[in-house]
Amino acid sequence: MTILDAVKSIETALPDAFEREYEFRGDITVVVNPAHIVEVCRYCRDTDGLRFDMCSGVTAIDYYPNEPRFALVYHLYSMRHNMSLELKVYLAGDEPVVDSVTGVYPSANWFEREAYDMFGIHFNNHPDLRRILMPDDWEGHPLRKDYPLGYETVQFSFNFDEVNKHKPYAKE
Amino acid sequence: MSISQMAPPATGTLEITDERQISATRRELVLNMGPQHPSTHGVLRVVLTLEGETIVATDPIIGYLHRGVEKIGETRRYAQFTPWTDRTDYVAAPQNNLGYILAVEKLCGIAAPERAQYWRVIMAELSRIASHLVWLGTHALDIGALSMSLYCFRERELILDIFERFCGARLTTNMMEIGGFSREIPEGLIDQIEHFLKVFPGYQQEYSDLLTANPIWIARTRGVGIIEPQAAIDYGLTGACLRGSGINYDIRKAQPYLVYDRLDFEVPLGTHGDVYDRYLVRMEEMRQALRIIRQCLDVVKDHKGPLMLNDSNYVIPPHDTVLRTAEDMQRHFVWVIKGFSPPVGEVYVGIEHSKGELGYYIYSDGSGVPYRLRIRSADFVNLQILPHFAQGAMLADAVALIGTIDIVLGSVDR
Repeated sequence: MTILDAVKSIETALPDAFEREYEFRGDITVVVNPAHIVEVCRYCRDTDGLRFDMCSGVTAIDYYPNEPRFALVYHLYSMRHNMSLELKVYLAGDEPVVDSVTGVYPSANWFEREAYDMFGIHFNNHPDLRRILMPDDWEGHPLRKDYPLGYETVQFSFNFDEVNKHKPYAKE
Repeated sequence: MSISQMAPPATGTLEITDERQISATRRELVLNMGPQHPSTHGVLRVVLTLEGETIVATDPIIGYLHRGVEKIGETRRYAQFTPWTDRTDYVAAPQNNLGYILAVEKLCGIAAPERAQYWRVIMAELSRIASHLVWLGTHALDIGALSMSLYCFRERELILDIFERFCGARLTTNMMEIGGFSREIPEGLIDQIEHFLKVFPGYQQEYSDLLTANPIWIARTRGVGIIEPQAAIDYGLTGACLRGSGINYDIRKAQPYLVYDRLDFEVPLGTHGDVYDRYLVRMEEMRQALRIIRQCLDVVKDHKGPLMLNDSNYVIPPHDTVLRTAEDMQRHFVWVIKGFSPPVGEVYVGIEHSKGELGYYIYSDGSGVPYRLRIRSADFVNLQILPHFAQGAMLADAVALIGTIDIVLGSVDR
C-alpha cells in the first residue's frame, strides 16, 4: 500500500474527520478535524496496510494574527510499510483545547507537554500536563508570535539597582 | 567521666511522628539527583522515589539548558541559523548542521553536487564516531571504568583535529553550507583521515578488550534496563536505543539521504534490549562508520567534480566570480544582506544522528526567515523511556540507565 492509498483509506473510513490533503516536496499532509484526532490516530495505528505505529513528533505553529490561530502537526511513521504521514489540525482561539493522543501514542506525552509549555495549547486527558522546558512559574508561552522579544539591559555599577529591580528572579 | 561510665543509649523509645509514614504500608524516600550530578551528563535533574534501594518512580526534569533555539531560528535568516545548530547537540555538531542543511535544501528543492555529498557523509560519520566516543567514555566512567574516558577522549582528539583542518573549528564546526562546501578541501586532509582509519581499529580493539568480556562490566550492564521492542516503538525511540531492542530501523537504510544508498554497510541489532546490547550496538556502529568513510574516501580521492552548487537562487555565489562579475557581486550582496526566500511550504527531514532520529521541521511563509523551525532531537524523545524502564531497577543502576540513553542536555533542552 502506498501513502496515497493510505490517505484514500483514511478518507473513506473516516469521512467526518478528513478535511483535505496536500503534498509538498513529496510529504503528504492530511488536515483533520480536531474533534476526531484521536480517532484518526487510532485508525492509522491499528488498520492493516497503514500501521503507523510510531509518532515521531507533535509540534505546533502559531499563525497569529490569522484565524484559526494554531495548528498542530503530528508526524507519524509506519515501521512495517516504511512510509510517513503528517496529520494537521487547526485550532481556533487564544486558549485552544484538543484531545491528547497519549492514549494511542505514549511518545506524544512530552511532545504535548512541550506544545502546552511553548504555545499554551491544552490537551484533554493528558496524564501529566505541566511545563517541561520553562520554569513552573513562568508567565506566557514563548513560541507564540505575540510573545515579546525582549532584550536585557546591560547592568553597570551606575544603574545596578535600577536594572536589578526589574529582573525576573525566581519566586518562592 | 570516661566513656565506660556513660549510660548506654536507650533503645526502642524512638517516636515516629510522621503520620504518613505510620499510615503508609510502604516507606518511600524521595531522592533528588541533579541537576549538578556528574552522572547526569549535564544538567538533567531526576527525582527518584525509592523504596529501600529499589526505584519505584522517576521524574526527569529538564529545561535547565533551554536557550530557546527554536525561537532564535524564527528571527535568523536561513544561512544564519546553521551555527545555532552546532550548539544544540554540541558533541556531534556536523550531524546537526547536516540535518538542518538537508531540510533547507529540501525546502528550496536543491541538492548538493555528488562530491560534496560524499564529503558530507565522511564528516557525518566521523562525527558519529566522535559522539559515540564521548558516550562510551562517560558511560563507562559512570559505571566505574575510569580509564575508558581517558582513552576515548584521546582518540576523539584525532577526529577533532580532522575537523579543525577541514573547517577551522573543533567543537562548534558550522561546516555544512547550503548547496555544498564553498571552500576547497584542504591539502593533506585525506591523508589525515587515512591515518585515522588505520589507527582507530586498533584503539577500538583496546576498548573491546577492556569492556566486552569484563565481568564487572557485564554484571553492571547485562540484564539491566531492558526495553521491550513494543515499548521502544511506543515511546518513539530511535537510534541505538531502538536497535538495541532488535528493531531494524535505520533512516540511512529506510529512507536513504545523501549517498547512503550507494554505500555498503550493515545495521547492528541487539537481541535482549539491555544496557549491554546497546553498548555492543554502538561499538559496532563505530566499525560500520569506518567502513562507510573508507568507501567514501575511495570515491572522493579521484573525484574532480564541483563542491558547490552554482546555478541557483539559494546558494552563495562562488568567491572568484563575485570578484570578477557585476551580476555575481550583486547576487552576493543580496544573499548576505537580505538572505534568500524559499517557496511557501513545510518540510520535515529526519536523519540518522548518532543518538537517533534528528528531525528538522521548517514551515516557510516565503520570507527570508523561517516562520516556524522545529528541532526534533533524538535524545529528548529517548529520555521519555527513563520512567518506564527505571521502574523496579536498583538505585545503583540509575546512572547506567541514564548513560545508556546517550543524552546531551544541550540537545534535550534546545
